[in-house]
Amino acid sequence: MVKILMYKIIEAKELTSNIFSMVVEAPRVAKNCQPGQFVIVRMDKDGERIPLTICDYDRAKGTITIVFQSVGAETTRMAALKAGDEFHDFVGPLGCASEMISEDKAELAKKKILFVAGGVGTAPVYPQVKWLHENGIGADVIVGAKTKDLLILEKEMEAVAGNLYVTTDDGSYGRKGMVTQTIQDLVDEGKKYDLCIAIGPMIMMKFVCKLTKELGIHTIVSLNPIMVDGTGMCGACRVTVGDKVKFACVDGPEFDGHLVNFDEAMKRQQIYKTEEGRAMLRLQEGDTHHGGCGQCN
Amino acid sequence: MDVLKKVPVREQDAAARAKNFDEVCLGYNKEEAVEEATRCINCKNAKCIQGCPVAINIPAFIEQVKLGNIEEAYKIISESSALPAVCGRVCPQESQCEGKCIRGIKGEPISIGKLERFVADWARENGIKPEPAKEKLGKKVAVIGSGPAGLTCAGDLAKMGYDVTIFEALHEAGGVLVYGIPEFRLPKEAVVAKEIANVESLGVKIEKNVIIGKSVTIDELISEEGFEAVFIGSGAGLPKFMGIPGENANGVFSANEYLTRSNLMKAFNEESNTPIMRGKKVAVVGGGNVAMDAARTALRLGAEVHIVYRRSEEELPARVEEVHHAKEEGIIFDLLTNPVEILEDDNNWVRGMRCIRMELGEPDASGRRRPVEVPGSEFEMELDTVIMSLGTSPNPLISSTTEGLETNKWKCIVADEEFGKTTKEGVFAGGDAVTGAATVILAMGAGKAAAKGIHKYLSEK
Repeated sequence: MVKILMYKIIEAKELTSNIFSMVVEAPRVAKNCQPGQFVIVRMDKDGERIPLTICDYDRAKGTITIVFQSVGAETTRMAALKAGDEFHDFVGPLGCASEMISEDKAELAKKKILFVAGGVGTAPVYPQVKWLHENGIGADVIVGAKTKDLLILEKEMEAVAGNLYVTTDDGSYGRKGMVTQTIQDLVDEGKKYDLCIAIGPMIMMKFVCKLTKELGIHTIVSLNPIMVDGTGMCGACRVTVGDKVKFACVDGPEFDGHLVNFDEAMKRQQIYKTEEGRAMLRLQEGDTHHGGCGQCN
Repeated sequence: MDVLKKVPVREQDAAARAKNFDEVCLGYNKEEAVEEATRCINCKNAKCIQGCPVAINIPAFIEQVKLGNIEEAYKIISESSALPAVCGRVCPQESQCEGKCIRGIKGEPISIGKLERFVADWARENGIKPEPAKEKLGKKVAVIGSGPAGLTCAGDLAKMGYDVTIFEALHEAGGVLVYGIPEFRLPKEAVVAKEIANVESLGVKIEKNVIIGKSVTIDELISEEGFEAVFIGSGAGLPKFMGIPGENANGVFSANEYLTRSNLMKAFNEESNTPIMRGKKVAVVGGGNVAMDAARTALRLGAEVHIVYRRSEEELPARVEEVHHAKEEGIIFDLLTNPVEILEDDNNWVRGMRCIRMELGEPDASGRRRPVEVPGSEFEMELDTVIMSLGTSPNPLISSTTEGLETNKWKCIVADEEFGKTTKEGVFAGGDAVTGAATVILAMGAGKAAAKGIHKYLSEK
């Protein structure tokens, strides 16, 4: 038998409804990971390979914090894991580190940086803001959520951000409206930014980029397309950036947002939507699901 | 019996197997194997050995089969090959051992591949394992990648007494043997897993989920983890696309993705949680073994499948047996045809492919006649899925993170053929990472050469 290295869950909690955070033992990943990178996990021997962003890491303890939303069959299964359970597979760090990590720190300190985080996209934004904070740089951070109950990591973010602006679509907490509204408000108030890093749902990143292009702010986005291996082998994650085809897993996941073809990327995310729906049905209906309804098979 | 002809091998009926993922070829039984072995004339100057990239003593093992000593035959093969049950199934014997067989000059060559497979299967079924080294040398060697090159190199080094750890990026060991080659050609549980277990029984450790260049670098393996030599057998890399319009449409996949979903992630099985597109009409672009594997997988998933290849049948790079099996199963070959554009519907889904007819012109650098477009011959195929099987380009993960490791103009790692030596001290390489996409057995040959090179290096150090 092949040597089995399990990845123990040290802590598991539900941050808010359907968004979960887990601290997992993965010493090799924790040793070398950088903000901007991601991992792929498989919960058991029959599990899917799920790419997840790294929300935090502790090099000394050899742990990685992952945050995910239970949206499909697999993440719903994963949400039931508790402290003491183990992931069957946990591989990384994958992808390139954020560009700013390798930038000259003095140069970076001169830049006015704005982060725009949407929903569960707040998780991958956190380690970047934290990294800047540890390097003495305070960045402005906008965190957007649909409603107050879906807001995550507010306290953690507050501790490392220069200024934190929270906005909810329905106005149930913080400002009211989309993140783009807050960007516009901040700029109207006289704020100037040299760099914007936006991570969240594809549609949010698309509209942030549309606005920042008009405002002339260089913008980096982090893409989460469909992936299988995460090492460049399958090409499922290809995206069009400028006039070039890039593999998000090895060339990204961060790209110049003003060059990304979001419409294509959003359509590509839909490839297995019906397939995923079937898997979800199988999960919900268990043995009673035979796929014979004519609706799903 | 007719000595000029091979003892025919039993196969699953073409119509039946086109609908399942069970193995196509059923192999010889002992009686058939012994009968086939008697056709071997045991040449003194055996050409077949020269044709084998790992130089198995073929006449000697066949002689033992002839005598009914299958265990002895297995020992002879094991001296040279760590994966005989795999090689007996996937090697292009017609251009290697069997291509050199003297019997083949007049009549059909000895069915060496099927005999090798029989011996390996018999040994497995009877619990025979290769013997581990008696003495340990106490020296650590790291092997990157658990595909054919890595497994062979690791197996050979372990037999010499080295303490070998294989690092595998995926969650399962085997490389292309598990993600690339389909179940119906190479059963995973019954064959691949057992061969890997054999390598492990020699003392080889396999650590999965480690991406060299990301999780840990080669320099760290040497300086922090105590490895004295490293073999890179990381495989082929990034899939190529044609660069034609429409290639990012939904329903266009690389053969790597399609096969990985089906093989590694078991999407061919309805119970698997991994989705795969079950197209109705599929075109596979390309003519190699990978193209045949993708086409035959799509067929089994219920599609009408076309192979679209720009040259003629003679130039198909796939093994003859694969082409033959594909045709028997009902794959349609659209030869001398090249895609020009993939056509999409309003929602970005594939609805067809515009192609142009080709004809063969003068030979090109590869010696094959160059296909040239026939003006005005464009036509449209109606499709819902396109699978691109055009080969791969090297993965830069390792070369870009290892100082002093030279690559050539195709970005393949530079390594000598005799010992797999790279430009970095203590680091050896072989297989597709060096040659670009090739075959299982060539990778094994390179793994073997590197094991010799590493032994020489560590003995002289």
